[in-house]
Amino acid sequence: MYPSRFRYEAPRSLAEAIGLLHDNGDDAKVLAGGQSLVPLMKLRFASPGLIVDINNLPGLDYHRTDPDGTLRIGALCRHAYLEHSDLLKTTQPTMAAAAPLIADPIVRNRGTLVGSLCHADPQGDWASVVLALGGSVVARGPGGMRAIPLGDFVTGPFQNVLAPDEIAVEAVIPAAQGTRAGGYLKLERRVGDFATVGVAVALEMSGETVTRAGIALTGVGGSTIAARAAGDALTGRPLTAESIGHAADLAAEAARPRTDHRGSAEYKRHMVRTFVTRLLRRAEPAAERAA
Amino acid sequence: MIIIEEEPAGSGVDIPVRRITFTVNGVKKTAEVEPRLLLSHLIRRGLGLTGTHMGCDTTNCGACTVLVDGRPAKSCTMLAVQADGHEIGTVEGLATASELHPLQEGFKEEHGLQCGFCTPGMMLAAKALLDANPDPTEDEVRWALSGNLCRCTGYQNIVKSVLWAAAKLRSEGA
Repeated sequence: MYPSRFRYEAPRSLAEAIGLLHDNGDDAKVLAGGQSLVPLMKLRFASPGLIVDINNLPGLDYHRTDPDGTLRIGALCRHAYLEHSDLLKTTQPTMAAAAPLIADPIVRNRGTLVGSLCHADPQGDWASVVLALGGSVVARGPGGMRAIPLGDFVTGPFQNVLAPDEIAVEAVIPAAQGTRAGGYLKLERRVGDFATVGVAVALEMSGETVTRAGIALTGVGGSTIAARAAGDALTGRPLTAESIGHAADLAAEAARPRTDHRGSAEYKRHMVRTFVTRLLRRAEPAAERAA
Repeated sequence: MIIIEEEPAGSGVDIPVRRITFTVNGVKKTAEVEPRLLLSHLIRRGLGLTGTHMGCDTTNCGACTVLVDGRPAKSCTMLAVQADGHEIGTVEGLATASELHPLQEGFKEEHGLQCGFCTPGMMLAAKALLDANPDPTEDEVRWALSGNLCRCTGYQNIVKSVLWAAAKLRSEGA
């Protein structure tokens, strides 16, 4: 399989890349990890006239925290960097849990988190994680920079709000108020498959009290789903068996699964409830868990 | 110099070829390629290194795995132009003229292949693992190979082969 013919540029600066996009409008497409775009081009689902390969742009492969605890992930930070990141292991339990579950190890060497968010696949794992954490995408264009909350960034399946001459340069995860807890669980038929069901839970705790709870669902609707009611139900109180059960029910209600070759809608909804319960029980105080 | 175009010149729009310079198994190469040429096709057809296999052509199976600057990548999912300035490693680079690489020996000793189609990809993914982690657990081997599909063996002997190679490499290093 071959992509359609296209012109190719590999700019050395962000300004040059934005200039190329500006001059070519909708006909140009940014190539980062290429692990979704290249297959789409080979299948002729995408036929851009110009590929702007940003892999030579310097200084975009970072992931680091600001002094205030804000996490920033550059557009060329590969999944594999995040999978092996001590920073994530110690400070970002939800992201650390998701990183080894993205695609397969070889794809993780090339694919990027920011690219995954831009691709906006309803079955993409990172979108749920970033949504649960209240994160955003920073876009740079000829007119400057803007930060777009992920809920506004994705407008539909495979669609985002970027203007044709904007590049997503980083993803931003705000600092936690308190201690982070949570995780990501993914049901897949085999490694590398898309999620049958994925659940991201991101909690911020002050002592035993939940100060913020984000729950987001992968693969159980036409887009990534923020289970807001479930998160709200947990906020402002300690985790208890009762509050966990209630939140799991609300998350299952928020899911919009469809029956397909991966499973029935009923089964998928049940798995959402199960995953939310499991993730929250892990964050429960030990005394409560024993009871 | 290798010149590769997927279609004869003059068909459709005029797309300039790009000159790229890269190394394959340590040997410097220059090629002029059409932007849409895939790295796997450059390796197989341009360089004649047919040890890199094309399996699914859809980023699933890992048969086309090569090393890009030492890291496994699916060469059917990279453009050849993206190899510019990088080091590519293929299965042909494992053995010397007289000696098999310990991974190749391991696959022979432990019967790690049947049809052999997935084997080059398996070996290169395993090489990257052993370069980073000379003494992996069985679980770590399975995890590292989870992007490479085999339709013959059930993986058991492939995992054994990699562990065999790891032990051999450690004993050679000792």
